[in-house]
Amino acid sequence: MTAAELAAPAVASAGASSPAVWCSALRKRYGKQQAVADVSLEVARGAVVGLLGPNGAGKTSVIKMLLGLVRPDAGEVLLLGRPASDPSARTRVGYLPELFRYQPWLSAAEVLTLHVRLSGADVSTQEQRECLDLVGLSERTGDRVGGFSKGMQQRLGLAVALVARPELVVLDEPTSALDPLGRVDVRDIVLSLKQRGVAVLLNSHLIGEVERVCDQVVILDRGRVAASGSLVELLGQRELRLHLTHVSADAEARLARTGPVQREGEWFTVSLSSADGESAVPDLVRDLAVLDTQVHAVEPARITLEERLLGILRDGADARAQTVTEPSR
Amino acid sequence: MSTVLTLAALTLREASRRRVLLALGAMTAVLLTLSAWGFSRLADEAVTTGEARLTASIVLNLVMFGYSLIAALGTAFLAGPTLAGETESGLALSVLARPIRRAQFLAGKWLGLVAFGSGFVALAGLAQCAVVYATVGYWPPDPLTGVALLAAQTTVLLTLAVLLSTVISPMASGVVAVGLFCTTWVAGVVGGLGTAVGNEAVARVGSVSRMLLPTDGLWRGAMHAFQDPTSIVEISGGAEAEAFPFLSVAPLTLGYLAWAVVWVAMVWGVAAMSFGRKDL
Repeated sequence: MTAAELAAPAVASAGASSPAVWCSALRKRYGKQQAVADVSLEVARGAVVGLLGPNGAGKTSVIKMLLGLVRPDAGEVLLLGRPASDPSARTRVGYLPELFRYQPWLSAAEVLTLHVRLSGADVSTQEQRECLDLVGLSERTGDRVGGFSKGMQQRLGLAVALVARPELVVLDEPTSALDPLGRVDVRDIVLSLKQRGVAVLLNSHLIGEVERVCDQVVILDRGRVAASGSLVELLGQRELRLHLTHVSADAEARLARTGPVQREGEWFTVSLSSADGESAVPDLVRDLAVLDTQVHAVEPARITLEERLLGILRDGADARAQTVTEPSR
Repeated sequence: MSTVLTLAALTLREASRRRVLLALGAMTAVLLTLSAWGFSRLADEAVTTGEARLTASIVLNLVMFGYSLIAALGTAFLAGPTLAGETESGLALSVLARPIRRAQFLAGKWLGLVAFGSGFVALAGLAQCAVVYATVGYWPPDPLTGVALLAAQTTVLLTLAVLLSTVISPMASGVVAVGLFCTTWVAGVVGGLGTAVGNEAVARVGSVSRMLLPTDGLWRGAMHAFQDPTSIVEISGGAEAEAFPFLSVAPLTLGYLAWAVVWVAMVWGVAAMSFGRKDL
């Protein structure tokens, strides 16, 4: 038995108790390019997981491997408790591809009917209509898709992903062609899916969007998982900005004991770890006052997901640069 | 099975909505009208009944070749866009992310194209037989077999086009399929000339090409079903008939028909394997 098999959740008969997505040690190479190298991730039932990373990180390749559109060189995938190699695993899966395109010779309603038939789900015409209404296409149901703008086609793609009563929805860049209003609509739809207990795997470059709706985030870099965890875990690092004067050496030592310090004139930025308790800030301010430091301002600050993402990617680049230079020494 | 039928119906609907059916219908109507005029003129020129039947046989086969060419070109150029085109454009992504197998997707597309090509040659072929009967009073000995063999020929070529479209671009798959179809037909004519002049090496060109791509063999079987049985005897007792590209000296053997079926199954199997391994 492989390590992956040992780690695999007991899902063959588990059904609803199994994760919506579980994959282990996925690998994919296109020619000389290693697109995905050892990616493992899990999306719990009802969870919204964001997939982040720079261009070429392997996000879309991972998604396509999960859905059986790309054959992995190695690794295992379970969708809703069934091996992804079995097409029936995708019965309750909705997918909006990054490259969204639908039969231009069909109407929007006909596209939805086609997908309902292919999914084998029993969805009434009324429900299909409501789905088009949800994405803002209620007035274009009978129009040919060939006449749709890109944004409207992406909205239709969203309806296609939602129409067959999915338990898992995979959205690959769902707002790339949408205006700000459309982005808000997508955010509301994802939040309503979350409320209904539908799991969502969301790949998006719009980090703010991910930060608003996702419970967990997986950051990919060069085909590997650079970081993963809940937003609290990833953004746990808090910062404190202090405007101080008369800072003695002892006061500087006290600041350094709290966390890494950056100084810009009279402004000091101290990083606090998530392990620091509620009293960390009042304790620091009291100690500085005791050391005769004049405290003019204390501002709490929080690291954004964007800053965290950039930090992780820069750390990865630095580590690679170090690996390259070390052997030549 | 319902998935395959859904996708086959989708392929037919695509042909209809993209006005391929309309274009083919209009072209067929023009061809039928022109051939009706041509046949009525030929009937006026013929001196004996035998001459009239021979001429009707040759010209009917020539017109039928036109229909088979239209069906072959049409399906070969439809196969590319519907398969390779959909995978290239991303249109297949959302469909194949549904709980369906790649082989079902391929079978649905293939079945739709077979129905389209076969439907066309059946309707156009039988309409042409009716036109010939109305103008010169000639009715082929076995029109249903002839039409069925034309449909089989179309199926062979579109199966090849489907295989090609799983490995090369949509445009290239159509061009290569039609190129091979024409090459096999020319090789068949060359082989017939070789037989007529008694050159075995040249005659073998036709035999080998008919085995590699059974379109020409099926076409010759169809011609035999459309032509008047006595017309071969009219030409030097049948010895030189092999040299005529629009007459066939012998009917199709069951063995060859079985080979055509095996050929389609093999090529379809390779296409399904190739498509199943394709990264989208």
